[in-house]
Amino acid sequence: MSYVIQVEHLTYIYGEGMPDATTALDDVSFGIERGEFLGVIGPTGCGKSTLVTHFNGLNRPTSGKVLIDGTDIWADPKKIRQYRFKVGMVFQYPEYQLFEETVRKDIGFGPRNMGLPESEIAARVVEAAHFCGLDDAVLDRSPFELSGGQKRRAAIAGILAMKPEVLVLDEPAAGLDPEGREMILSQVKRFHRETGTTVVLVSHSMEDIAKYADRVLVLQAGKIAMLDTTAKIFARAGELVSLGLSVPEVTKIFLRLAELGIDIPTDVYTVGYARDTILRALGRKGGEADA
Amino acid sequence: MEEKQQMIRAQNVVFRYAQDSAPALSGVTMDVRRGEFIAVLGANGCGKSTLAKHFNAILLPESGDVFVEQYNTREEEHLYDIRQRVGMVFQNPDNQIVATVVEEDVAFALENLGVPPAEMRVRVDEAMEMAGIYKHREKAPHKLSGGQKQRVAIAGVIAMRPDCLVMDESTAMLDPIGREKVMRTVKKLNDEYGITVVMITHYMEEAVQADRVIVMSSGRIELEGTPKEVFADSARIRALKLDVPQAKELCDLLRVAGVDLPPDLIDTEECAQALAGLLAAAGRRAR
Repeated sequence: MSYVIQVEHLTYIYGEGMPDATTALDDVSFGIERGEFLGVIGPTGCGKSTLVTHFNGLNRPTSGKVLIDGTDIWADPKKIRQYRFKVGMVFQYPEYQLFEETVRKDIGFGPRNMGLPESEIAARVVEAAHFCGLDDAVLDRSPFELSGGQKRRAAIAGILAMKPEVLVLDEPAAGLDPEGREMILSQVKRFHRETGTTVVLVSHSMEDIAKYADRVLVLQAGKIAMLDTTAKIFARAGELVSLGLSVPEVTKIFLRLAELGIDIPTDVYTVGYARDTILRALGRKGGEADA
Repeated sequence: MEEKQQMIRAQNVVFRYAQDSAPALSGVTMDVRRGEFIAVLGANGCGKSTLAKHFNAILLPESGDVFVEQYNTREEEHLYDIRQRVGMVFQNPDNQIVATVVEEDVAFALENLGVPPAEMRVRVDEAMEMAGIYKHREKAPHKLSGGQKQRVAIAGVIAMRPDCLVMDESTAMLDPIGREKVMRTVKKLNDEYGITVVMITHYMEEAVQADRVIVMSSGRIELEGTPKEVFADSARIRALKLDVPQAKELCDLLRVAGVDLPPDLIDTEECAQALAGLLAAAGRRAR
């Protein structure tokens, strides 16, 4: 097993030594496999944003280690900057980070800081912009003239242009309408499929995690509550609800069926699988054979 | 409609943000009755927030009229009467809070109106109870979660004792649990205190709880009716770039596969009940 990122006994305390010190991460250990699509979920305040900001060295562990490609990233603190390029981070509401005169310059900011030759930067900017659905006409406009959706895509393009080994996205679909959510998340999945880049998606939306992730890390009060394949996590839907997480509407229907005394599996998190499960339970044709 | 019953009425409202831009609202006519809970849905850019801002005269129509009770929003001399009756809660929790202590923020509007201190105390406490944040009254707002902040914003509006609450995508920036808590608060305000609610949203699980749903697209009203009526045509809803509630989607798929289900099941409870009936009949009761 080749872990691209490994976290060993990671503890992080905000305001250490102060009266209102808070332990945001408490002895967390796990590994992210190269090329996987990992979902990170947990109730507000569980530590998920604190955790992912350790991956590119924005936060330094109070104790414990963060390893990328087997190397402790803090072994030589002066070299921490390289990890900002290896692990690309898209923060929530990324459009707030746009600042340059033109979209072209903004997307090029990361590559330029990597010291790449101009021709390489130019090519990467165009590639990233096109991938994110921004056409050439947009490149020479001011980022502040763009629509909300375009701004968000420009911000994401700026991270993709760095061609990071790991792409971390914190609620990339936050505040978007259904069509916007679908566009952004399917683009992220396409990026994962086409480039094989490891992707970490932090989200509150169980529906999104269910649809796109291979494995899911569930955090609660700074500790790992669950880490498993998506299917196995959703088999414990009742536990997720008691952790303060909201499960997909369709899962709620099955949990309610179980409450009403019906003998039916509850690890159902997509509408298609729900249909098949019901049909099978009714003994009807059309339900897919058990996997 | 009887005048007493009318809370808000929009009549042929046309509005554009800039002189040479396309209209954001192209002739919208609708009304809100006292005590109703209505949801206004639509994809981004459809005009729903623009419409909401006409309801307490933040925006005035280019042509057409908006009435709050008997007052036309164009009447400057009645601006305070209008804003007393219709309060708004916006999307970004951080942009609506001005004080450094929760109860001071809730009292803000009342202070500005010169309400006597004894009365202010009563109204602020009452508003905080109604919004479920009384226990946070002495905290610093910036230390609260997004959902808690939104409930502080709601309390601040409730302290004004408005007849109507307009929520402009107030849950869009919240996590699912925060959204549920805000919805519960708003539903309670409508059910128990009779406050009229206009909820601008794109979350289906919120819209299905309304008495009436209005769906907008490109500055016009496309659909209007009860949640069951509006969500009946799944294809039309998808064409308007909205999601269909998952319960409805599931029941549609099952009906296509020959399962005998009523066509108007749109929420999780009624869907679960109907399915439980069929599954029990098929012998699927747990021992």
